[in-house]
Amino acid sequence: MSTPTSPHEDRMHSEEFLHTLMRRQLKLSIACAAAFLVGLIGLPLINYYQPALMATRVAGFTLSWLLLGVLCFPLVWVIAWIFIRRSIALEDDEVKSVKR
Amino acid sequence: MPTSLAFLNGVDPWIFAFSFITVAVTIWMGFRSAKTSKTASDFFVAGRSVSVGWNASAISGEYLSAASFMGVAGMVMSSGYDALWYPVCYACGYLFLLLFIAGPLRRFGAYTIPDFAEGRYDSPLFRKIAVCFVLFIGFFYTMPQMKGAGTVLAYIFPGMPYWGGVVLVGAVITLNVALGGMKGITLVQAVQYWIKLFAISVPVFVLMSVHGFYGAQLGANDGRVPSVAGEPAPIVQTIERKPLVEKAPADSPWISPFGPLTTKAAKAAGLSAEQSKPYSLLYTYSLIIALVCGTAGLPHILVRFYTNPDGVAAKRTTMWVMILIGIFYVFPPVFGVIGRNLLPDLYAATGAKGTDKIVLELPRAVGGVWGSILSGITCAGAFAAFMSTFSGLLVSMTGALAHDVYGRMLRPNATPAQRMRMFKIAAVVIGGVAIMLGTQVEQLQINFMVGQAFAIAAASYFPLLFMSVWWRGMTMVGAATGMLGGGLAALACTTITNLSDLKMVDLAAFWKANPLLRILCEQPAIWTVPLAIGLMIVVSKFTAAKVPADIRMKMLVLHAPEKLGLKQEYIQEHQAGTGH
Repeated sequence: MSTPTSPHEDRMHSEEFLHTLMRRQLKLSIACAAAFLVGLIGLPLINYYQPALMATRVAGFTLSWLLLGVLCFPLVWVIAWIFIRRSIALEDDEVKSVKR
Repeated sequence: MPTSLAFLNGVDPWIFAFSFITVAVTIWMGFRSAKTSKTASDFFVAGRSVSVGWNASAISGEYLSAASFMGVAGMVMSSGYDALWYPVCYACGYLFLLLFIAGPLRRFGAYTIPDFAEGRYDSPLFRKIAVCFVLFIGFFYTMPQMKGAGTVLAYIFPGMPYWGGVVLVGAVITLNVALGGMKGITLVQAVQYWIKLFAISVPVFVLMSVHGFYGAQLGANDGRVPSVAGEPAPIVQTIERKPLVEKAPADSPWISPFGPLTTKAAKAAGLSAEQSKPYSLLYTYSLIIALVCGTAGLPHILVRFYTNPDGVAAKRTTMWVMILIGIFYVFPPVFGVIGRNLLPDLYAATGAKGTDKIVLELPRAVGGVWGSILSGITCAGAFAAFMSTFSGLLVSMTGALAHDVYGRMLRPNATPAQRMRMFKIAAVVIGGVAIMLGTQVEQLQINFMVGQAFAIAAASYFPLLFMSVWWRGMTMVGAATGMLGGGLAALACTTITNLSDLKMVDLAAFWKANPLLRILCEQPAIWTVPLAIGLMIVVSKFTAAKVPADIRMKMLVLHAPEKLGLKQEYIQEHQAGTGH
């Protein structure tokens, strides 16, 4: 810390570094959020415009009940898993880019 | 039997035994860990070193409240499909927390949300505002827990009044928290998650093997009119089904989207089914926003992210929490579905005897001693549910009062021993207020009340955290205006709705004339969340000169990987800065 002018310190504190850092993180978060918002916003819309389709019975369940009550949980897990892997990789990459 | 013990009449010994063991073990564990938690840091965030597995179980244990354990089943039974949004959004909200908030908050490193508010804006005033909101949201969230407690005790002891259960359970948990602190409840809550999962899943599997599977049970709720000539015959009824009582919703609206829950306002206004559908859609979206954003803003959940050793562990913890609560949430709706077929009598009852107790009562349908044992298991799970959530809330609210109000504002020079004593006194005071509020809400549905707490959190903490983390242009004035504007608007709406539902204020005629206003008041998130964010942006733009001077450094601490060690540097600079 006593040599704040060393090259990697400079890079770390630069406006440019913060800007790319936040942009990359936000991009990843928004991409993952979009994937699940499509489902969360889409399902009520399909229910609204295609009630007959969503009332189709699948092993006793209505299609809509099956999607909402059972299948959406695994979807959330997949998105979360992808996000965690990507964001850990992203952090490692950022550390490397500074320490280079 | 002397009259003082009259409430013991009609108690099922199995149910009593299981519940008693759960409570006894919880208290024993609390006292045991009280001996090992000595320092102030232990009391507030468990010494910041809880492993991923323990922490994930403990967060899930704290998160799965009486609303999840009893309320979701009760609401699915009474409202059908629309109530499914609750468990789904309770789980999905966690994803939001992970995507936008968990990592940065952890890197910033502070004990509580008020710590974050002060650290991000260098403003002790803002800390005070944040503390008030911790208490507000907390009290709203304790009420349904208390209703759960009253309902369960009224079920176990048929002679006991609702308020008696609230007081008894509230007092026990308050004592436990006052003696154990957070370290105590981390262990207790982790164990309680597994009790809850066991208690919700085992009876479901037994019930399904005796009375027919989830899909088949749902298949019995066939909305079609039976056997009109030329039509295909309805699905063969192999599922035992008791006749629905008059107050129960009919099959078709129950199983379809936009049913009784979301059309209530429009129906009361005398609109036709077609006319009321857009209102239902609006209600559904507002509910989704409240639950998803509300999860990301609940203070007692957020504080736990600080108990992870590092940011990667915080993310892993969230992943596990989502798996754990996702598995759990598949089960409660099954109770609601089977309950509709086997116990329709509950539709006719209200308060503590209504559908909110379906989880407790339904396992008896297995019959005989096994039925009683299973019912005892779900009672034990219900105890675990409201005990763990109430303890968590109590710790976060007590922490706000002892750590922030006392330790920072009233007596900044207090010794650690004085702070510890204050923590205990604050726990008793807050526990007392929560019990008093809890006795007032017997007529409100558990799940509905939790939804309201989420709506307030969604309009105050969520915008604050989200915008503070991702927008460097935020000023303290902007943040405070947005949080207060959104939060108070939501608070006002929920208060009006509750007063109207409890018949303390008569608004029936007004609601009838204005179904749209009723929906916007009952589910305010759809306008309060944008209002809060909008206020934050506009006011921050006007006060742009007041953006903290070291904002770039703060943003770096929030976003740069912890391995770069920016946090330590920031603390050094900060201390040097305040020294002169």
